[in-house]
Amino acid sequence: MSSNLSGSSDLIGSGNLSGSGNLRSSINTSARESEGHREYEEYEVIIGLEVHAELLTDSKIFCGCSTKFGAAPNSHVCPICLGMPGVLPVVNRKAVEFAIRTGLALNCEIAEFSKFDRKNYFYPDLPKNYQISQYDLPLCRNGYIDIPADTSVLSGGPDDSPGGRPGEKGSCTGAGIQAGRGPVRRIRIKRVHLEEEAGKSIHEGQNIVESSFSLEDYNRAGIPLMEIVSEPDIRSPREAYVYLSTLRAILQYIGVSDCKMEEGSLRCDANISVRPRGSTRYGAQTELKNLNSFRAVEKGLAFEAARQIDALRRGERVVRETRHWDEARGITVPMRSKEEAHDYRYFPEPDLVPMVIEREWVERIREELPELPGARKERLMKEYGLPEYDAGLITESRAMADFFEACARNYRDPKIVSNWVMGELSRLLNESGKDISEVPVTPGGLADMLKLIDEGVISGKIAKAVFEEMFSTGKAAREIVKEKGLVQIADEGQLLNIIDQVIAENPGPVADVAAGKDKAITFLVGQVMRKTQGRANPQLATRLLRERLQEGR
Amino acid sequence: MTSTLLNEFTAHALHDMLIKGEISSLDIVQAVYRRIDEVEPEIRAFVTLTRDEALRQAMDADERIRRGEDVGPLTGIPVALKDNLCTRGIRTTCSSKILENFIPPYSATVVERLERCGAVIIGKTNLDEFAMGSSTENSGFFTTRNPWDLSRVPGGSSGGSAAAVAADETIVALGSDTGGSIRQPASYCGVVGLKPTYGTVSRYGLVAFASSLDQIGPLTKDVRDCAIVMNAIAGYDPCDSTSVDRQYPDYTTFLVPEVKGLRFGIPREYFGKGLDADVRSAIDNAIKTFEEMGAIPVEVSLPHSEYALATYYLVAPAEASSNLARYDGVKYGYRAQGQPDSVTMTRRTRREGFGAEVKRRIMLGTYALSSGYYDAYYLKALKVRTLLVRDFEAAFEKCDFILSPTSPTVAFKIGEKIDDPLSMYLTDIYTITANLVAVPGISIPCGFGRDEMPVGLQLLGKHFDEGTIIRAAYAFEQATGGAGIRPGLKGRRPESKCGDRGNDGNGGRGSVGGGTCYE
Ligand SMILES: [Zn+2]
Repeated sequence: MSSNLSGSSDLIGSGNLSGSGNLRSSINTSARESEGHREYEEYEVIIGLEVHAELLTDSKIFCGCSTKFGAAPNSHVCPICLGMPGVLPVVNRKAVEFAIRTGLALNCEIAEFSKFDRKNYFYPDLPKNYQISQYDLPLCRNGYIDIPADTSVLSGGPDDSPGGRPGEKGSCTGAGIQAGRGPVRRIRIKRVHLEEEAGKSIHEGQNIVESSFSLEDYNRAGIPLMEIVSEPDIRSPREAYVYLSTLRAILQYIGVSDCKMEEGSLRCDANISVRPRGSTRYGAQTELKNLNSFRAVEKGLAFEAARQIDALRRGERVVRETRHWDEARGITVPMRSKEEAHDYRYFPEPDLVPMVIEREWVERIREELPELPGARKERLMKEYGLPEYDAGLITESRAMADFFEACARNYRDPKIVSNWVMGELSRLLNESGKDISEVPVTPGGLADMLKLIDEGVISGKIAKAVFEEMFSTGKAAREIVKEKGLVQIADEGQLLNIIDQVIAENPGPVADVAAGKDKAITFLVGQVMRKTQGRANPQLATRLLRERLQEGR
Repeated sequence: MTSTLLNEFTAHALHDMLIKGEISSLDIVQAVYRRIDEVEPEIRAFVTLTRDEALRQAMDADERIRRGEDVGPLTGIPVALKDNLCTRGIRTTCSSKILENFIPPYSATVVERLERCGAVIIGKTNLDEFAMGSSTENSGFFTTRNPWDLSRVPGGSSGGSAAAVAADETIVALGSDTGGSIRQPASYCGVVGLKPTYGTVSRYGLVAFASSLDQIGPLTKDVRDCAIVMNAIAGYDPCDSTSVDRQYPDYTTFLVPEVKGLRFGIPREYFGKGLDADVRSAIDNAIKTFEEMGAIPVEVSLPHSEYALATYYLVAPAEASSNLARYDGVKYGYRAQGQPDSVTMTRRTRREGFGAEVKRRIMLGTYALSSGYYDAYYLKALKVRTLLVRDFEAAFEKCDFILSPTSPTVAFKIGEKIDDPLSMYLTDIYTITANLVAVPGISIPCGFGRDEMPVGLQLLGKHFDEGTIIRAAYAFEQATGGAGIRPGLKGRRPESKCGDRGNDGNGGRGSVGGGTCYE
């Protein structure tokens, strides 16, 4: 079963990176270094991320409409979220609580006094043609997330990262990070604020230019949205990826967002600049848009870093602009300047009174904060004796960690559970593109199946087939084994018949065994397994085979 | 024998008759519509009449009265609503082409409150487009005339509501006041108008002009009706986050003709240049009346008054520029047809849908909020606003209420100021500060000035102290007999007198054949 660990190469950079909560991989520092990112020796990459996460409140931020995804267009709307004349917003307290919860999980200061502002711009998907957002008094400020530093870009210099503490040893708040207890990068969180989501424009035809009409769906308009802005403390595209996965894990853990990039409930814009190593001034930055998956974030930033470094090497200047990540072509292209020249004319939202955030409320939210990925990782290591690698991967997703713990509580060996969760379960989730909450297999089901292996009812190999069936149908392992006749052959007479056949058909290997080449036994056992479609108990088959060969002498 | 038509009465007088069973709500509503039919072609106070629905509501009210259930002072009483108050199923235009056919699927909180009281909504009144103006000349549809002199404006922006009350086309009306839009037309039309403390009346369903200044309030024939309407509309509304959750009093308990010992502040800045002599002399008389009643005059100073107008014309347009952004042709209201793309469509929709004054204020506000100007204009204006609040706090340490003219002039002629926005803005010079500092203000008739046009007296109170100004206004009204005479529709074309309706009416003063009257 330990072979599943090497099978974790499946996980690295593979599968559904757009992120449905499956296990994701980690910084493989040695691999990075061997790839030789020479540009990072001369140049330093400076990245800051702006993440938008839709909140999992039942109702919208300023009205009572449902936030459920996937309803018929314009069915979750009312005069308020449609911006009809004379209507007024009322703040959803839950949304504020979720933002505070996020701030606490990200080690932020929670404002005592906060307010909403109007961000004014015309767009058909914005019902009021202004967005209620927060400008100068966000709910949360000055937090941080620690992630393992990408050691391939560490210069080791003291001013390598203004906010980070490269070289500092310690555990990370992040989950699923395999860098061991290596250097930590502290990514400071500048602010977390609340705002309202816009609707969705659907353009008829191939593109907006040829389109003869557009349709607006305002179901999404007014869903609470949280903007999480990092300081420019990220030093490589890989770190951006890890920061994002860590952030997503935290948001999912605390239950404020489902962070589904494919449904748009998590979005990310990136600011990136490069500068010669040792320089303390920032270079001209570009803003990257259309980063629609975690992989796109990393790839887009890698492209952009290389493009900017090339430009500097050629003695050219980097232009400050917004660029669009073209996924198909794998390049970034400048967006029309018209789209970026905005004066949002922020001013305090007069329809809402400023919020005084009571400290008792904040403390209550803090007390109710669930265990965060970092703490849970530590606990899984301590309580279940898991290696750091396993604990890291498993705690990257709360659902996965819940699954693991529920199963491990019902089974004797947590490491075996961990192997199955990281191996077969993750593989099947990745292949199906599903979230663990969407598949019928239960932690108890897995535990029962593992017990069947222990009892000798099925072999480890058969178990994989059984688990696949459980994964898709939710049936109990015992039932599957019975239905498909997968019960291990443990009857000596039945096995001996087959063994005799194998001995008769393989005189060469039999002779090898007689000559003391013990490896040939493995081959003969394999033949027995083949003839029984894997149903032979391997230990029993080996013993009987040895006995038979002994007798035959 | 003098007989008075039902539509000429106050709400409280009609209520007494209703509960005694002497008249029905249907009688009142029919009398109101007869009057509307008679004078509306010349007054033009209404944008929309809701005759059928009103008659049904009147019959419901009569049923309520007959059963003696849930009968309040406004049960069966006709109310006119300024057409920026949303009414479910009834078009709400803000006197703007851009909302000309907009029918809201919801009612303003005040409308629901009135309906719960059993009031009868008779129609929607004209205003300056989106309440931006002081004369109704900025209405996208037509100009309302002053019932005292048809060649003059009724004031604005609640000019339709003020004129309708003055011309007895309704019993009471609601208006909205962002910089004087209830008090100034009340003054010009010789009726009572109250702007409550910001936060007293829910703004939910009031089409926003300047959110931090807008308040809804009553326009009535006397102070008692004003208190009665306040009782119906004041109160906390969870749908309006700026509405204040507190105990609101029964405003009729302040209707005592007793001001002995009350100190009234006379702000010296309000009696300087720009105040017409005829208005000044009417106000001087009012001051004498208060002194005779035993109130004590105190000179107070509001030193930052000279900045109030400039402050207002930064804050209000800034908020308006954002509030009016939603009228883009995408979701409801007017849409310019046949445009090549949505950007052009929105641009043309707004160009064609908004009038000149609305565009002027949107541009002013957009400019004031623009990056590079925000600190110098909008932020500075907010700071001056704070100074104005301090002015009032200091003044209210010396007095119980502040007394001033409502407007520096009597109603001006239609067309007189329309090409000079600044002189139009100056007609609100005494009223705008109350909105900036959120205090309540009432305008009551205090005699007549030039050309026998009514003059309004403004009383300003402390935050949430409507009680004191209602009490002072009531005492003054009792002492002076209120407006006394009723408007005569001066300048009316003879052929339009009610003779042309085939009965022996006498210009609206007497009994109209067959109609119910009360003697
Ligand atoms: Zn809604």
